[in-house]
Amino acid sequence: MKHFIQLIIIQFKEFYREPGALFWSFIFPILISAGLGIAFNNDQAHEYKKIAIVISEEAEKDSIWNNIFSNTKLSQENGYQTHSKTIKNYSNGETTYNFIKTDMDNAVILLKRGIISLILTQKDGKIDYLFDAHNSEAKLLFLEISSISNNSKLVSENEVISPLTKIGTRYIDFLIPGLIAMGIMSSVLWGISYGLIEKRSKKLLRRMVATPMRKSYFLLANIVSRLVLTLLDTLFLIIFAHFAFDIQIQGSIFGLILVILSGNFAFMGISILIASRTSNPQVGNGFISAITMPMMVLSGIFFSYQNFPSWAIPVIQTLPLTTLTDGVRSIFIEGAGILQVLKSILILSGIGIVTFTIGLKIFKWY
Amino acid sequence: MAEKNLIIKASNIYKSFKQVKAVNGVNLEIHSGEFLALLGPNGAGKTTMIEMIEGIQKPDSGEILIKNKKWDNHSHELQKILGISFQETRFIDKVTVWETLKLFASFYNLPNSRIEEIIDLIDLREKLKSYTENLSGGQRQRLALGVALLNKPEILLLDEPTTGLDPTARREIWSILHKLKSEENTSMILTTHYMEEAEQLCDRIVIMDSGKILTQGTLDELLSHSKSSEIIEFELNTDFEKFNFESKEIFEQTKNDKTKKVTLFVKSIVDILPKILNYLKENNLTAKNLICRRLTLDDLFISLTGRRLID
Ligand SMILES: Nc1ncnc2c1ncn2[C@@H]1O[C@H](COP(=O)(O)OP(=O)(O)O)[C@@H](O)[C@H]1O
Ligand SMILES: [Mg+2]
Repeated sequence: MKHFIQLIIIQFKEFYREPGALFWSFIFPILISAGLGIAFNNDQAHEYKKIAIVISEEAEKDSIWNNIFSNTKLSQENGYQTHSKTIKNYSNGETTYNFIKTDMDNAVILLKRGIISLILTQKDGKIDYLFDAHNSEAKLLFLEISSISNNSKLVSENEVISPLTKIGTRYIDFLIPGLIAMGIMSSVLWGISYGLIEKRSKKLLRRMVATPMRKSYFLLANIVSRLVLTLLDTLFLIIFAHFAFDIQIQGSIFGLILVILSGNFAFMGISILIASRTSNPQVGNGFISAITMPMMVLSGIFFSYQNFPSWAIPVIQTLPLTTLTDGVRSIFIEGAGILQVLKSILILSGIGIVTFTIGLKIFKWY
Repeated sequence: MAEKNLIIKASNIYKSFKQVKAVNGVNLEIHSGEFLALLGPNGAGKTTMIEMIEGIQKPDSGEILIKNKKWDNHSHELQKILGISFQETRFIDKVTVWETLKLFASFYNLPNSRIEEIIDLIDLREKLKSYTENLSGGQRQRLALGVALLNKPEILLLDEPTTGLDPTARREIWSILHKLKSEENTSMILTTHYMEEAEQLCDRIVIMDSGKILTQGTLDELLSHSKSSEIIEFELNTDFEKFNFESKEIFEQTKNDKTKKVTLFVKSIVDILPKILNYLKENNLTAKNLICRRLTLDDLFISLTGRRLID
């Protein structure tokens, strides 16, 4: 028992003395959520949008531009002649459209830099809209400008718009559960796998098992210390999200704890499996990246995986990160109880049991 | 020595890796309190042999008995009485010397007073609070030795404890081991490719090459069993072919193409040197850097294998 406690103490020391460790596991998830939360939680009263206009002096006088240039303020901004027009927008605030006059070459550069997403020019006496039809922001801007140009109201008399600000429906509500799941995955995989592989590569693992140290204590110490750190991570992120964005847990807290524990268990099994044979930290690095990167893209952390082709969705849904994310998310924003997340808990525990069993069976101590 | 003093007995040990016969029929016996050197060049099979004794590798065939026990069914007992240091072990980077010793001491359930004793023995008191990543090579090896000695092992197994260290650091390790020999009844197997280390530290020397034991004995036995016991060396400024001195008193001569060095293994320098000098003079040959010295293990190894211990 004494040596189990020593092993745990060493694990914690190893963790907090690594300068990057605190940053990556505690500060980084907060920075992501703060950054994305602010970017997408834009309830600013006043929005600014930039559009490039490429036309000649005389074309500007053409009547097709009348609606766009009426009631605009002319100014010089960053050396460009800019027409600004301010209109009420959907969220009861205002939007200012800044039409920047420039030439085509420069407009393309502005587009490439992401400063604008729409270019207006004139072709055969008509207004020509140039934009990427796959870019939904650009498409929206096109509709807005087009309605200005046609002098039609975006919202007619028999329509109203009510901004949806109900808790649980914002992007940040979608994002935070994803970040919690991602945090668990990276903390567990990097913490456990990398630590074990490094000890094997240093021949420290075999040095330790050449003593009367109990192997089970050694692995357990790895797991317990990592679990404590990961739970702290998760708690920290939830508290931050609660105070910064008013995130609420709408469903069963007990269910959430079970989902998070089974998620930890699944990723711990995967870590043991990854770390079971190799003694080359670079190979380990590769393994971990090869597992985490695709899941970060596929598992619906930042955007819904429903955008992937329908044949891929059942596969994506059984990935451990997806299962964990969906479970956590449904408790946070759909008010799910234990029964609704039981499937997630079972899948994650199953993954954990299988990977642990194989990992321990083939584990190379020497 | 009596059978009951036999502490390790390895019989007919074979171990291959794919095509390589790493250990090829080795018999080894170590008695209680004996310091034994496994001396041999890189790839001789020293690490493989010592790791089989440590229970870390399994022989393909043959039997290893440590205090009459086998690894198969007494591993826990054996782990308690062995002290091990691998060819190269690095400890956890950001853990201090004290913490490293404390961790390993906890595996044996040892009190802090034992850690204190070890710290004095390995002379790392000023480094107690240093992270292991900040230790020099010699300090790191001393820590590894300290870890190996924590449990007052009956048998100490050290794989190349001084390889890569500078002469001062090497001597520090030696002095720790000398102290150990005079104060405790520890048996030790040490592998090395430094003949000086084997000569300085060990009662008995086993010379290994290509998985086999070439010869073994005390230093005196090894050197006196060899037919020659003295060496004459010189460089020629012309072709070797011109030097064709034959004599019954020269047991062996080697000529190194690269260094232009001629090495003669002789029984008695005093008897033969005048004849050689005469021969050189008569044949108009000029010898440079002529050296007369006693036979060393390195020379013995050359005469056994045609190669040097360290290239
Ligand atoms: N794990 C292994 N896999 C393949 N070959 C090995 C392995 N370990 C040792 N060998 C080979 O066995 C021979 C003896 O190696 P080793 O015992 O390390 O020698 P030494 O310690 O005397 O330098 C070498 O040819 C080495 O390449
Ligand atoms: Mg070796």
